[in-house]
Amino acid sequence: MSAAPSIEADTGDAQLVLRGVGKAFGDVVALRDVDLTIDQGDFLSLLGPSGCGKSTALRLIAGLSAPSAGRLEWFGPPMGKTDVGFVFQEPTLMPWATVFDNVWLPLRLQGVGREAARDRVAAVLEQVNLTGFEDAVPRELSGGMKMRTSIARALVTRPRVLLMDEPFAALDEITRNQLNNDLLALWEKERFTVIFVTHSVFESVYLASRIVVMAAKPGRVFDQMVVDAPYPRSEAFRTSEGYSHLTRSASTMLRAAMGLDAVEDGHVVD
Amino acid sequence: MSSIEAPAPMQADALAGADAEELARRRQKRFEKIGRWALPLLIMVTAIWLWDRICVWNEIPHFILPRPGVVLATLVEDSALLFSSLWVTLKITFLSLLLAVAGGVGLSVLFTQSKWVEMSFFPFAVILQVTPIVAIFPLINIYVENQTAKLLLCAWIVAFFPILSNTTLGLNSVDRNLLDLFKLNGATRWQTLWHLRLPAAMPYFLGGLKIAGGLALIGAVVAEFVAGSAGQSSGLASRIIEAGYRLNAPRLFAALILISFTGILIFLALSWLSNRILRRWHESALSQEH
Repeated sequence: MSAAPSIEADTGDAQLVLRGVGKAFGDVVALRDVDLTIDQGDFLSLLGPSGCGKSTALRLIAGLSAPSAGRLEWFGPPMGKTDVGFVFQEPTLMPWATVFDNVWLPLRLQGVGREAARDRVAAVLEQVNLTGFEDAVPRELSGGMKMRTSIARALVTRPRVLLMDEPFAALDEITRNQLNNDLLALWEKERFTVIFVTHSVFESVYLASRIVVMAAKPGRVFDQMVVDAPYPRSEAFRTSEGYSHLTRSASTMLRAAMGLDAVEDGHVVD
Repeated sequence: MSSIEAPAPMQADALAGADAEELARRRQKRFEKIGRWALPLLIMVTAIWLWDRICVWNEIPHFILPRPGVVLATLVEDSALLFSSLWVTLKITFLSLLLAVAGGVGLSVLFTQSKWVEMSFFPFAVILQVTPIVAIFPLINIYVENQTAKLLLCAWIVAFFPILSNTTLGLNSVDRNLLDLFKLNGATRWQTLWHLRLPAAMPYFLGGLKIAGGLALIGAVVAEFVAGSAGQSSGLASRIIEAGYRLNAPRLFAALILISFTGILIFLALSWLSNRILRRWHESALSQEH
C-alpha cells in the first residue's frame, strides 16, 4: 500500500502481492525470493513436489507465520480475521462437535450465537450438499463429507480468499473429481480468490486459471502458466484435447522444475 | 439379457448365507459373550466353595478363617455398624475425589496457560506423588487439627496426581491444525481453552478420573488406618483394625468385602460415565458398540 506508483500501476486489480518473500526454519531455507501477484477472483494453483515450500507459502499468506524476508502486500479493503478461509489437507474437524457446531465455529469465535448463525450455517451447508447432516458427528461421515464440512466451515464467514492445502489428496479419485466440480461451481458463483496447493498436475489444470510451478531445495517459484480454457469446466473438459494438451505442458514444466527431463507421456513421478 | 441376470440373485443369496467360516465366527462370538460373565462367576463360586470346604475339612476355628456363610451372616448382623462406617469412608472418598478433580483440572489448566508455571511446579506434583502417603501422614497429623481435614488431605494427595498428569497431557494433545484454525479466526486464549483444549482433553481426563476414583478410596482407607491406630476414626478401616484386635475375623472379612465392592462400584460408575460422555466420538468408547 505504501508501494511506489509505478508498482501500483503494475499490479492492476491485484489483491495480494508477494515481494521477495523468503522463509527459513533455522538453517533450512523453505522458501526463497518468491515474487507473486494474485488477482482478485483468481483461481491460483501452487503446483510442486513435496518440499518445495508450497504449504509454507500458504501459511505465510494465511498469516499463520511471518516471513523471514520480503513482504506481503494486500490491496483493497483491509483484511480482517474472517476474510481468509483455510482448508487443511485433513478435514481437521472437532470430533466431539456436530457438523453444525463445526461449521458454526468461526462465527462463534466472532461472538455470533447459535440462533443468529443458524441461517448462514444452513445456507453454506446447502452449498456443499450437506443439508440434513447438521447433527451428525464427524466419525459418522465419509471422507468426502468430512471434507465438505471443512469447506463449509472455511466459507461460512464469506471469506474473500480461500486457501486450500492439498485438500483432496487423501480422497479416492471419484470423490475427488466430484469435489473438484463442486468447488468450481461454488467459486464461479461467489468469485472469492482461491489459492490451491496441490501436487497433482491433473487437478491443477482442471481447476485453476493460473498455475504457479514451484521447485524444491530451496523452495522457490520456478515458472507460471495460464490455463487457457474457459469456465465453466465440466467432466467433458477432462476428456478434451485441450485438457490433455494443457496437462502435458504443465507436466513438462513440473518435470523441469524437478530437474528431470521432459518426456512425452505426460505422467508425473510424485 | 434376462437369461444372464436370472441366476444372479440366487448366486448372491447363496453367498449372503452363512458359510462355514461365518458360522464358526458367530459361534465363537456367542461363546465369548456368555463366557465373559459366566467364567469369572464360575471361578468365584468354586473359590468360595473351596474356601468353605477347607474350613470344614481342616476344622479351622472361625476366629482364624470364618466360613463364607458366617461372613455373610456377620455382614447382615452388623450391617448397621458396618454401613454407618462405610458411609464415613465414602464421604471422605467422594469429597477428596471432588477436590482432586477441582485441583487436578485447575492446576493442569494453569500449566497449559504458561510453560513457565508448568516447568516450575510440575516437579513438586511429582514429588508429592512419589512420596508414600503413610510416610507423610505423621506430619499431617501434627499440623492439621481437624480430623476430617486430615483424612481429606491424605486422600486428596493420592488421588489428584493421575487427574493432573492426564489432563495436562490431554490439554497439550490438541490437533495442531485445529490450533492454527483457532489462531486464524482470532480466537482468544479463553475461547481456545473452552472450545478446543478442554473438550480435546476430555478422554484423557476421564481416564485419569477412573484411576483417581480407586485411589481416593485407597487414600481414604490408608488415612483412616494411620489415624485409626490413634483411635480417632470411625470409618471402615478403623472397624477392620478394631476387629483385628478382637480376633473378630468374620467382621474383618465383612468389612473387607464392603471395601472391595465399593471400589468396584466406583470403577463401574466412572467407566459408565466415561462411556456416556465419549460414546459418540471417541475411539475408546466405540469398541463396545461394535
